[in-house]
Amino acid sequence: MGLRNIELRKLEEIIFKILMIVATVIITGSLAFIIVIIIVKGLPAMKLSMITQLPKGGFYIGKEGGILNAIAGSLMVAGGATLLSIIISIPVVLYINIYRKKRSRLANLTRFSFDVLWGVPSIVYGAFGFTVMLAFGIKASLLGGIIAIGFLELPIMSRAVDEVVRMVPSELKEATYSLGATKLETSYKVIVRQTFSGIVTATLIAFGRGIGDAAAVIFTAGYSDYIPDSLSQPAATLPLAIFFQMGTPFPEVQERAYASAFILTLIILVISITSRIIAVKITKHTIK
Amino acid sequence: MNSPRLLKDRIFSLLMQGLTIASCLVLVLIFICLLVKSSPLLISKPLGELLFSTNFRPLKGEFGFLAFIIGTLLVTGIALIIAVPLSLLAAVFLSEYTSGFILKAMKSLIDVLSGIPSVIYGLWGILVIVPLIKETIWLLFRKSVSGYSILAGGIVLSLMIIPVILHVSIEVLQYVSRDLREAALSLGATKWETIKHVVLRKGSPGIIAGIVLGLSRAFGETMAVMMVCGNVARIPGSLLDPGYPLPALIANNYGEMLSVPLYDSALLFAAFILFLIVVVFNIISRVILLKVERSIQ
Amino acid sequence: MESKTHINVRNLNVFYEEHQALKDITLDIPDKKITAIIGPSGCGKTTLLKSLNRLIDLTEGVKVSGSVFVDGENIFNPGVEVTHIRKKMGLLSQRPCPLPMSIFDNVAFGPRIHGIKDKKELQNIVEHYLKETSLWDDVKDRLHTSASKLSIGQQQRLCLSRCLAVEPEIILGDEPTSALDPQSSLRIENRFRVLKDNYTIVIVTHILRQAKRLADYIVLLYCGELIEHGPAQEFFENPKEKLTKEYISGVIS
Repeated sequence: MGLRNIELRKLEEIIFKILMIVATVIITGSLAFIIVIIIVKGLPAMKLSMITQLPKGGFYIGKEGGILNAIAGSLMVAGGATLLSIIISIPVVLYINIYRKKRSRLANLTRFSFDVLWGVPSIVYGAFGFTVMLAFGIKASLLGGIIAIGFLELPIMSRAVDEVVRMVPSELKEATYSLGATKLETSYKVIVRQTFSGIVTATLIAFGRGIGDAAAVIFTAGYSDYIPDSLSQPAATLPLAIFFQMGTPFPEVQERAYASAFILTLIILVISITSRIIAVKITKHTIK
Repeated sequence: MNSPRLLKDRIFSLLMQGLTIASCLVLVLIFICLLVKSSPLLISKPLGELLFSTNFRPLKGEFGFLAFIIGTLLVTGIALIIAVPLSLLAAVFLSEYTSGFILKAMKSLIDVLSGIPSVIYGLWGILVIVPLIKETIWLLFRKSVSGYSILAGGIVLSLMIIPVILHVSIEVLQYVSRDLREAALSLGATKWETIKHVVLRKGSPGIIAGIVLGLSRAFGETMAVMMVCGNVARIPGSLLDPGYPLPALIANNYGEMLSVPLYDSALLFAAFILFLIVVVFNIISRVILLKVERSIQ
Repeated sequence: MESKTHINVRNLNVFYEEHQALKDITLDIPDKKITAIIGPSGCGKTTLLKSLNRLIDLTEGVKVSGSVFVDGENIFNPGVEVTHIRKKMGLLSQRPCPLPMSIFDNVAFGPRIHGIKDKKELQNIVEHYLKETSLWDDVKDRLHTSASKLSIGQQQRLCLSRCLAVEPEIILGDEPTSALDPQSSLRIENRFRVLKDNYTIVIVTHILRQAKRLADYIVLLYCGELIEHGPAQEFFENPKEKLTKEYISGVIS
């Protein structure tokens, strides 16, 4: 009886182990397959003109041109939005960690609202951004896109920065205060330096989310065949370019969607790898 | 010599406090903005009709959101049913039975994939999942379907949230201390029993948090789902029928048909529903997490 | 209370949430001497030390009553400028804590924030204070490399230089040698012996022998209460309290 019991227990372990291996293989396989498909479909469709040219006449029925407009537009929208979210999130995170005690009511409230904002769908930011723009009389434009994506990136950025700033050893703060430094000096001369690599990583993560998002820019940034030269002009974005190209019935244009997807994936990969390298490299002065 | 520094500190302190309060107010601002914008619809139609009617004919002034709400719930539900068991099994396998290179490589793959934009997942869905469903159904039942369906949406969505859930679960499981494992093993438990009774139990709050993160991401996901789920405003009769989730409704129509009376308000009402569900959901999951944390201590 | 010293503690009570960490402490800390706060761990030594420069403010859920006078000014008065108080007191923590910047910038940090901009002057200050802790010869060729690359003993001496560069009148040390190897501990102790001619030094230590070796004045805390305080020789040779005798002889620890 006791022996059979042991055998049953062993059997359960074996069954679960098989299930786990199957699950891992399915997940790894499908995730790797995503990247493989993007490369297999995208690479043959890549042409130099895709990244050097603007869409020419008849581009959307398969004629000449590239998606430089969308690449530039995406970089501008995501760049502007990231800048905006840095400007807001860093002071806020420093304030709740340095000026307020970590468990103060305002700090908790702020963390809670960033958690909730993190979960708000990007389409809601898009719709919200658009109504705000209407209220201020801003048309679909680079500025509109930056505002909507900025809202989207703010909680991502803030949560990531808060995570690293919270980890700063209290001895470091004590050491700085005991030299007679004010909280402001402690914040930007010591804490920001100490957490610099974490801030850069957070920035890149936020930028990556911003550049890949379509739902928030679909009505806020508009679309244009040209590179915007002011904030008030509409801007094309890569995810939307892929979406539109995929939606046409022309195979030549769909090919372009694959190439565009390849470009976007490449940008994301570069960002992801850079942030890994930075996380390791820029720790020159950091105190453990 | 001292006072300019102190003045600067004070001024910045106030500025930073202002920014902090402002960013807390963003949530309230979104709430008010969406509520105000959807109020014309809320005033002219009873809430019951909006939520429980399937008639969505904006040109006739009929705005029933039931089909969209069900579409959203179905797609999210399928995604969770696929993603949660797979992620948990894989997380246990990766964190308990592998180490070193494999674990590191998998973690990197997961991290990279959680950064891949939803449009790419959508594209992949069109290229792989939609034809796969179409072919399989033809082979099995000799029935012709387009493949653009609730099921396709759910599958694509599950792949999007697997990296999220997996990432958190692996971290959580690795965090469970060695002492606790050793204590269980030394009582004669097998490795699997240790995992089942000790590691998973101890890690449950973290794993729940991970699932919640995945769920919130799935819930409002727009582009990927919209690209593969067919977008037909009817309650789907089976998983192979097309569906039309709320985010897709907004993305497809907003900004275009604003001349139709109440249409603009209806779409913002859809955004308002999404927003409310996310907020309520967040609060509930927090309460549950607190309870679970208390119960295992 | 004829000749008032730099630091006078009056009826100081400190609470963490419900727990009372310090109970009605009244104490004068002698100028230009080394005072050692001793006692078993968890008896409030560090709390007392951190109350002297109000670093105690950083702790969650802390409440303070009573007063600490530094040069006659109650530092717990609401209107008091904390940075000004802290500038007067350098702190050496248990583990050396260099700032995330170069060796040079670590020492120059204090003088810079207090208004010295001139490069030449800063260089002189850095050199002078690094020499003061005999670190100069070790680091003079790599002043602009990261401070975290130094050995832990060197880091503690750097922290001492950094704290001296602010020209404090008082040096606070929270078990400043506990993380160091014996050699480095000795160097720090020797520095203290020299520095006490010009500075008032207060250290927390749980090593009785260190207190004996180093201190001129001893303060014994037990469970948040001040048991006995007095000149070192008298304290060790002729303790008045029973608890003190037991503590010195190692019956309680």
